[in-house]
Parts: sequence; C-alpha cells; structure tokens
Amino acid sequence: MARVELENISKLFGATTAVNEVNLQTIEGEFLVLLGPSGCGKTTLLRMIAGIETPSSGDIVIDGEKVTHLPPRTRNIAMVFQSYALYPHMTVFKNIAFPLRTRGVDRTAIREKVEQAAGMFGIGSLLERKPRELSGGERQRVALARAIVREPSVFLLDEPLSNLDAILRASAREELRLFQRRLGVTTVYVTHDQVEAMGLGDRIVVMNKGRVHQVGTPPEIYQWPADTFVATFVGSPPMNLIEQGDVLAGFRPETFLPAGPATENEGFVTYPFQVTWLEYLGAERLVYGDIGEKCCARHVVSRLPGNISIPIEPGKTYPFAVAKKAIRHFDRASGRLIDTGKT
Amino acid sequence: MMTSAGKVFRTGRLYALLSIFAVFSAFPFYWMIIATFKRDHDLFSPTNNPFLFNEPPTLDHLRLLLFDTHFLTYLLNTFLVGMAVVAITLIIAVPAAYSLARWARGWGEMLGIGIFLTYLVPPAILFIPLSRFAAAFGLQESLWSLILIYPTFTIPFCTWLLMGFFKTIPRDIEEQAMIDGLSRLGAMVKVVLPLAISGILTIVVFAFTLSMHEFIYALTFISVSAKKTVSIGVPTELVRGDVFQWGPLMAGALIASTPVAVVYTFFLDRFIAGFTMGAVK
Ligand SMILES: Nc1ncnc2c1ncn2[C@@H]1O[C@H](COP(=O)(O)OP(=O)(O)OP(=O)(O)O)[C@@H](O)[C@H]1O
Ligand SMILES: [Mg+2]
Repeated sequence: MARVELENISKLFGATTAVNEVNLQTIEGEFLVLLGPSGCGKTTLLRMIAGIETPSSGDIVIDGEKVTHLPPRTRNIAMVFQSYALYPHMTVFKNIAFPLRTRGVDRTAIREKVEQAAGMFGIGSLLERKPRELSGGERQRVALARAIVREPSVFLLDEPLSNLDAILRASAREELRLFQRRLGVTTVYVTHDQVEAMGLGDRIVVMNKGRVHQVGTPPEIYQWPADTFVATFVGSPPMNLIEQGDVLAGFRPETFLPAGPATENEGFVTYPFQVTWLEYLGAERLVYGDIGEKCCARHVVSRLPGNISIPIEPGKTYPFAVAKKAIRHFDRASGRLIDTGKT
Repeated sequence: MMTSAGKVFRTGRLYALLSIFAVFSAFPFYWMIIATFKRDHDLFSPTNNPFLFNEPPTLDHLRLLLFDTHFLTYLLNTFLVGMAVVAITLIIAVPAAYSLARWARGWGEMLGIGIFLTYLVPPAILFIPLSRFAAAFGLQESLWSLILIYPTFTIPFCTWLLMGFFKTIPRDIEEQAMIDGLSRLGAMVKVVLPLAISGILTIVVFAFTLSMHEFIYALTFISVSAKKTVSIGVPTELVRGDVFQWGPLMAGALIASTPVAVVYTFFLDRFIAGFTMGAVK
C-alpha cells in the first residue's frame, strides 16, 4: 500500500512528446484507471512509474521517497504487461515463484505463497505446465498471480484484459475488481476501453496526446467532463455538442428525448429533430439526426430506452427536448467547461 | 485420380531432389572412406574401378597416419585452439550482440552491419600485418597466436548472428524480470541467455568449425610439426614435394570431419533457425 506521486513528468522520444507535464497523486488503496486513445502515452506513463523508462523531466515519488532515477527492483512494484511477458522457458510454478526467488525467499515459504496465489486465481492445477500450453485467460491469471505473490506496494496493469474474448473479459473484470478490493493494493490500470474504465475505476485519469485532461470519479467524468475532448471520448455514443455563438452546448444522448406534456416547462429546451437514421439495438434505439437552422445545423444522437416505444421514421421531424440541467457549456475556443456544477 | 497422381508426382519429385542432394553431400565421405582403406596399388592403378575395393582393404594408411605422423597432436591442438577460441568468442560476442540488439536503437543496426563487414576482409590481406604483430609479441610457433587471431573473424560473425537471436526475444520479458527484482545484467543472465540458448549453441559450433578449418594464419604462424593443427598438419606433412599420400590424407580428413558432420546434423534445425533469424530479421 503506497502513494505514488508524479510531479510534472514529461517524456520525450526524439521529437515526439509521449507524456507532457503530468501531475498525478494516487490515493492509498485506490483503483486508478488511465484512460485515453491509442498512442496517448498511457503505457509510457506506467513504464515510468515502474522504472523501466526514465522521465525526461519531473519527479516520481513513492511513499515520500524520490525514486525517479532508481531501477525497478528497488521500487517494490508489480506490473502486468499487455503481452503478459511470462517466462517461456519456465513452468507456471517457476514463473510465479520468480519474484520471490530473486528476493531470496526460502523454499518452503515460496511453495506456500505460490500455491496460495495460484489458488486465488484458480490455476493450482496448471503449475507444472509451460506458458505455451496455456490459453489466453490462463496466461493472464498466471501473470496476475506472479504480480501479487510478493505483496507489492503498487500494482501496475497495462491493458491486461485486451487479449481476452468479450465474455471472458467481463468475468475477468469482475474478478480483478474483487481481488483488488480484498488486497487493498494501490492499483494503476491502463486501458483505452471506456467501459472498462467506468466499471473498474475508483477514479479515472483521462489522457490525450500525453496530457491529462481530467481526473475524477466515473460519475464526475461522465456528467461533468472538463473539456470537449473528455465529453466526446467518454460515453458511447459521445456527448452531443451544438454550436451556440461562442459556446458549445453539450448533452448526453440519453437526455435528449421526445418532447411531451412533462417537458413543456421552464426546465426544458425543445428542438425540432430531423431524423436521418435509426438503429434498433434491442434494449434501446439510437436516433441520428439534425437540429436547429440549416446554417448551423448540428448533428446529434438520441438514445431512446426500450420503454419509449413511440414510432419514429427517418426523414421526418419530431419535437425532442433536453433538460436544462443536463446541458453543459464549453468555451468554443479552448474547449474548457464553463460551468463546473460544483458551485 | 488427377489429384492423387499429381500428389505422387510431387512427392516423387521432392524425394528425387532430396536423394540427389543426399548423394551429393555424402559422396565426399564415401570417397574418404574408400581411399582410407584402399591399398596404394588399388588406389593408383588407372584400370581399377575407383568406386569399389578391387583388392582387399587395408589398415596401413590409418596406421601410418596415427603412429608415423603427429596427427594425434594435430587433433589435440585443433581441439585446444577451437575451445579457447569458442570461449573468447562467447565472452565477447554475447554481451556485444546483446547490447547492440537492445540499447543503441538505430545505431545498433548500423554498428552490427559494420561489425559484420569486418568479417568479410579476407585473411589473405591480413596475414602479413598480423604476422608482424605475432612476431612483435613473440607469439610465433605458439598456439597462442592462433587463439588470439581467430577471434578476429569469429567474433564479428557470431556477434552478428547472435544479434538476430536477441532481437527475437521480446523486450517485455526482460523488463518483467527487472521488475521482478533483477538488475539488467541479472535479467540478461537469468532470462535472456536461457532463451537464446539455441543461438549460443549455434555460435559455439560455428566458432569451433571456423577455427578448425582456418588455413592461412595457421600456415603462416606455425611451422614446427608438433604445434600444427589438423587443417595445416595433414596437407603439409602428408604431401611431400609433389607426392600426395592419398590414403593417410583421406584418413586424416575423415577423422577430423566426421565429428563435425555429426554435430552439424545434430544441431541442424537450430542452425537453420539461427541463419534465418539473423537474415530475415
Ligand atoms: N520507445 C519508444 N521510442 C519512440 N517513441 C515511442 C516509444 N515508446 C512510445 N513511443 C511513442 O510515444 C507515444 C505514446 O506511446 P504509448 O505506448 O505510451 O501509448 P499508449 O497510450 O500506451 O497507446 P496504446 O493504447 O496503443 O498502447 C506514441 O506516439 C509512441 O509512438
Ligand atoms: Mg499501451
């Protein structure tokens, strides 16, 4: 259990700035998710925390101690790579035992701890196999078991679920969360999948092009995106943004619903919605179309839950309304949120 | 019907090709064996069938080779030089190849190619200046001259070959080892080297055979019979003037080449892997 503090960390690879002046503090025992599109510097940031990469500038502090230039082995950090990086020439048992053996733990203690860790992930029967004889899900468990076996103070995970199929991923996500709660180890988890981020994170760090755009709990990120990048990156379909002079008004597709008697009051804004396309997804319908004048018409999406069954056809116009308190305003030039809602 | 006929034809063609190749490779061995055990009269009479024993076989040539020349000493010298060269090559080529493959990113590649190019400088150009060096260090007539000079060509070649092997080992794995508590050197020794074992065996075999069949340097530096290696001992001691003692010559060639052939066959797969990995990248 530890606190990781990143102070103004930057990392340059030649001319590319992979990580740009990032400041971040973890809270002890939390599950922190780094979320961002491919190539935004998540892995690089994680590798700097692990000590495999040295920052070009800035400092890394773990538990009050500056570790910026210390090698990985001094940091008591465990990391699970996207590729799992199992040692191909060792059995599962030896893989899991490896971090203990390098620390000179004695044999009987190793056996006990390895078996306990393997039991925790249900791979106790695979201990004598080689990594190539395992399925993707089993490999992932071995990598996790190897990471926890030495009781690290920080746990770093780089897209550990991305090699699994969709069904396995959902159950692995749940297991991962439960076991992190149980161990209470500070965890930094990298993903580009926002569903994973929302589902797993105590807090989410949204990154783009090496910069941190917002740090917050999943509801904060979703409801009060700090800027238009976060607004459009988180949520699927993303937040609708329409132009209103110097301001962009944004609202989530699920808040944009057919107008009715309940919406004819001060709290709502009604728009004529010219529907162009409709998608039926079982539990919900996605309605695509334009609102506003021809000149500055904006493309928006509405997400209708299954219980709203009014008939909608492409090519026609319907009155749709959105609650004023669901609308966020962003500065058009900077993209920053204007009203923070935390007044 | 069509397809099965085509299949038979294709396998037939494959086997025919392989047979030709097998005969081609095995023929020198057959030739050496037959010459080793043929009587001189049988060997040199032009009317005899050269592929068969026309007279009963003999052990005379073998006896002459083993007891009337220093052949066993040559074998021992070759072995000693080969082992020492392998050791020096390993000590230098393994760390060199690892760092070139891992650290210097764009430069590593170019340096690797540069190192390989030095391998292509022919000994025919180098043996005169190197013999001056050997003289300056008092190494003439000493196996040490060979032990110190052979690495000049085994190291570049083996470094280049090993670079290919190291590049196929994912970085993740050694970074994981460093996170799991090892230093970079520890990660290299405990994780990278075991994974590169086929490459290391390849360069062991290679350094050994390269030093075993080297001729020019050995001929230049060594003239005392008891210090010769097989590659110069056999041709210089068994060719007297223009008289070729074919029987003992072939016996010597046979004894020296059989172990190498066996080792090559044994490691053939790893060898091929080593070559294609280095070449195709
Ligand atoms: N070793 C390196 N040398 C040069 N550039 C690098 C190196 N590692 C990363 N980069 C660059 O830094 C940027 C960030 O890379 P990084 O791997 O951190 O992205 P990421 O957010 O993890 O992406 P992904 O989701 O695809 O894994 C990219 O533009 C990448 O090309
Ligand atoms: Mg990544």
